[in-house]
Amino acid sequence: MITLASSHSDWTVLRPLLFESIGQTLTMVLITLVVGGLLGLILGVILYGTRPGNLFENAVVYRILDVIVNIVRPIPFIIFLAAMQPLTIVVVGTSIGTVAAIFPMVVMCTFATSRLVEQNLVPVDPGMIEAARSMGASKLTIIRTVLIPEALAPLILAYAFLFIGVLDMSAMAGYIGGGGLGNFAIAYGYQKFDQTVTWTAVIIMIVLVQVVQGIANAIAKKLLKRQQ
Amino acid sequence: MSEPIITFDHVVKEYKTRGKGAAATRAVDDVSLTINRGDIFGIIGYSGAGKSTLVRLINALERPTSGSVNVMGTDITGLSEAKLRPIRQKIGMIFQQFNLFSTKTVAQNIAYPLQLDHWRKDYQDRRVAELLEFVGLSEHADKYPSQLSGGQKQRVGIARALATNPEILLADEATSALDPETTTEVLALLKRVNEEFGITIVLITHQMNVVQQIAGRVAVMSAGRVVESGDVYDVFAAPQQPVTKRFIATALSGLPEEERVERLHHEWSGRIVTVLIRQKDVSGSHGHTVGASGQNISGLIAKHGVESSLLYGGIDTVKGTAIGAITYEFSGPNVEPFLKELAQDSDVVDFGTAENPVDYAEAVSGYSSQTVTSEGAE
Repeated sequence: MITLASSHSDWTVLRPLLFESIGQTLTMVLITLVVGGLLGLILGVILYGTRPGNLFENAVVYRILDVIVNIVRPIPFIIFLAAMQPLTIVVVGTSIGTVAAIFPMVVMCTFATSRLVEQNLVPVDPGMIEAARSMGASKLTIIRTVLIPEALAPLILAYAFLFIGVLDMSAMAGYIGGGGLGNFAIAYGYQKFDQTVTWTAVIIMIVLVQVVQGIANAIAKKLLKRQQ
Repeated sequence: MSEPIITFDHVVKEYKTRGKGAAATRAVDDVSLTINRGDIFGIIGYSGAGKSTLVRLINALERPTSGSVNVMGTDITGLSEAKLRPIRQKIGMIFQQFNLFSTKTVAQNIAYPLQLDHWRKDYQDRRVAELLEFVGLSEHADKYPSQLSGGQKQRVGIARALATNPEILLADEATSALDPETTTEVLALLKRVNEEFGITIVLITHQMNVVQQIAGRVAVMSAGRVVESGDVYDVFAAPQQPVTKRFIATALSGLPEEERVERLHHEWSGRIVTVLIRQKDVSGSHGHTVGASGQNISGLIAKHGVESSLLYGGIDTVKGTAIGAITYEFSGPNVEPFLKELAQDSDVVDFGTAENPVDYAEAVSGYSSQTVTSEGAE
């Protein structure tokens, strides 16, 4: 039975909690995206680069990284969060709270990003890389000035996709006391039978996703225009 | 004048085939070759002949398995990537698929090698403007490659390759993706590059007419080996290898193919004869001379009073000398003595009459080494 009646919602109490939750979610998501996104970009470039026939061709390194990424990526995040606990304590010092949630998020985000980056670099025409090599560009220069710029539009869309994935992960942070919108929806909405609170959190998340996806689409479209 | 700028010394390049114990593939097989400064040097061969690998050994995009490559006086065989950088900046390269950076404008593409070379921004701008002017694309500076035609893209490729004032320009099938008209334009531009800047051009192609249009010297590659090389006219006029003859048949207009000879026999009852035309004697690089051919034909026709009809033919100029083949139908009582005398000073391919045809392969092989054989185009 759905009860939208909000007679027992006390927004004078809930409002500051909601704002705090939004703040926690944004903190977790942004830090994860920046750190995990950057580490993932590096790992993704290594994955791409060590592929057979590419700049840093190395079958052993590629195969090892490939297997690790394949093992980590399919683990459901809620289980990953629990499994990572010992390592989280070592690295962060605690396994409870927002910061403790960020660490496993960054790890998962790195692996997810790396695969997305690799897949979006593969279609870059190897002829352009050869042209840059023929002009004397170093391998790192080629990555920075040819490879990434050429794949920029799909990479931006990949990062928008990641934003949604990271937002999804952040909703589970509540389980280890990380707070955030997901926790807000569960603790003050679901568990108190208050659909208004649950839906408030849901709508805020929808708006966040729409805004990010909209911006990413607009940038990618502009970038792609010059290539077509 | 003939100072070597690129020297291959017994160069071998092998690729490991996948799987253990599998034999390595030899892309380049014991090639020794010298390319002189200021030349336009054509390397012709079918795809898979190893010519793309050979050209990439010059800027060390590929490393030899054995042998050595000397470029501009430096043995580049064992140089590190870092040490190769200044050498690569003196070797421009253009490609079949142009390989322009799709997210950079025309001007940014041309400026790219200048940025690598850390040029000051205002020098870069001036150089880019200069190059755009040279290739005739000044008004397209801010366009992206996708907005250009194939010929324009290759001109941007040429401008980009010339940016750092190279001494050598490598052209890897640079015109293969272009239509014949655009090909001619691009080749004319390459010729200007060679003449105005004295840049040595190494031109890889599978099209004989490309070599014919601009190259001074040519090497013919087959199965990783250079099977024949020398002055374009020598090789063109007196090919020694079957693969060379095959290439020449694709470019030498005038020799009728087998089906055409059959059709001519259908339509004409007389003797079908192809006379090869060479405007003057050619001294071959193999120590022999190939004589002029077909120069006295009109006189002989008049002398013997044979009836003649011109059926088919083509003449081309290679390095300023007319060369080609013309096919006639001859009839009348004096055809035999006429042909006998004609054959003394000319190369003649006798296809026989409709009643008594000569087998095509036999007819064409009859004069064998002189110019074109029956193998035709692939």
